[in-house]
Amino acid sequence: METTTGSFAVKKGLAQMLKGGVIMDVVTPEHAKIAEDAGACAVMALERVPADIRADGGVARMSDPGMIEAIMKSVTIPVMAKCRIGHFVEAQILEAIGVDYIDESEVLTPADDAHHVNKHDFKVPFVCGARNLGEALRRISEGAAMIRTKGEAGTGDVVEAVKHARAVLGEIRRLSNMAEEELFTYAKEIGAPVALVKEVRELGRLPVVNFAAGGVATPADAALMMQLGVDGVFVGSGIFKSGDPAKRAAAIVKAVTHFQDAAILAEVSRNLGEPMVGRNVSTMPEIEKIAGRGW
Amino acid sequence: MKIGVLALQGDFAEHIVTLKRLGVETAEVRLPRQLDDLDGLILPGGESTTIAKLAIAFGLMEPLRIFAREKAIWGTCAGAILLSKDAKRDQPLLGLMDITVERNAFGRQVDSFEVDLDIPELKAATATQAPYHAVFIRAPLIESVSGSARSLSQLADGRIVAALQGKLLATSFHPELTPDDRFHEYFLSLAR
Repeated sequence: METTTGSFAVKKGLAQMLKGGVIMDVVTPEHAKIAEDAGACAVMALERVPADIRADGGVARMSDPGMIEAIMKSVTIPVMAKCRIGHFVEAQILEAIGVDYIDESEVLTPADDAHHVNKHDFKVPFVCGARNLGEALRRISEGAAMIRTKGEAGTGDVVEAVKHARAVLGEIRRLSNMAEEELFTYAKEIGAPVALVKEVRELGRLPVVNFAAGGVATPADAALMMQLGVDGVFVGSGIFKSGDPAKRAAAIVKAVTHFQDAAILAEVSRNLGEPMVGRNVSTMPEIEKIAGRGW
Repeated sequence: MKIGVLALQGDFAEHIVTLKRLGVETAEVRLPRQLDDLDGLILPGGESTTIAKLAIAFGLMEPLRIFAREKAIWGTCAGAILLSKDAKRDQPLLGLMDITVERNAFGRQVDSFEVDLDIPELKAATATQAPYHAVFIRAPLIESVSGSARSLSQLADGRIVAALQGKLLATSFHPELTPDDRFHEYFLSLAR
């Protein structure tokens, strides 16, 4: 019996196990325990949540491997970590310490202004952000085994995540109605490989798991993204920048499971304390937006 | 026949796709009343800690135990952990099968793997000969079986990756991730 590791099926497979779940940003082992106890299906280990990265400015890099390992030791659920766009050595380091998923993330400062990491080179799977179908398919062609919306991280404003989810899912719906001969020009227009465009048309969805991320702050935000059609939700600053992280985290987990049940959504939304202080994306200077990072 | 899939978290949609391909009526189960008219239930892959917390929060643990008295239940990966009596750590379990499991027994995600398994009982039940291609994702191992539970399949080194006890079925791997429907057919024969 020959065993195979690092195949696309097992990379994509872990993301399939995360579906219907909430992946939470954590900066300490204590946070990670709170997230796990609240029912997170995975955690994202990083030194600063996006809201703090935004506030601090400067260059944001991969977190200290020692800090990530401490979080890996503290929980049994999968642990993800971020590398900079195009920084394949940060990715090699994260693979070497055994993280379960790498987020090649626009939240960190890009290390390459033209190329992303060739994710086929790795046994560890990658998740990447996307604002539209073309961007999602470019990342998948580079080897991403999971896609998420970019949203606008660290704002607590869900509008960009909604925009990106509607873009991807709406383009898939339009693609489903196209004639075969239209696919070639369409693939060229959106900058995606025609083989993947055809696959999406056949499946009626992305060929990998598709989560929401970037600005989710409440149970209602999470359920909104699920009703729009994503497979699960990342919550970054929204939990540990709020008044009662444990309670809010558990409420968002329940909201993702029961995303179509308004009575349960009302129940879990009660008395959650202060949400994170939001930043309105529509009045934010262009230069401060990070979703445009990525090519 | 109507088969439910516990839809609290995990890859329940993949199980439903396979069941529909086999012409079975399906239902997503998130609340106890949704168990009422089912002939069998699948506990999908996912995170066992997440699924158990949600099952407790929405009052499903006892109804699931009662369901198992007469009906078939199949747990894949996280679902197998939930069915077990012992997961060697402090976490809530249904405790329905006399099996001890070890979570993440093969290591982290980079150690997740695919392998062909020889499963005589599956081949006999489906009148087929081909080996069964199995996908293991951060998989648990069935460390031991006791009582009326018995092993259905082992790796080359003898470690147990599938077990059966009456109408209860546990697999470390994920038949819902592959196009081979034989394990689902086998489960339907238990539920019938």
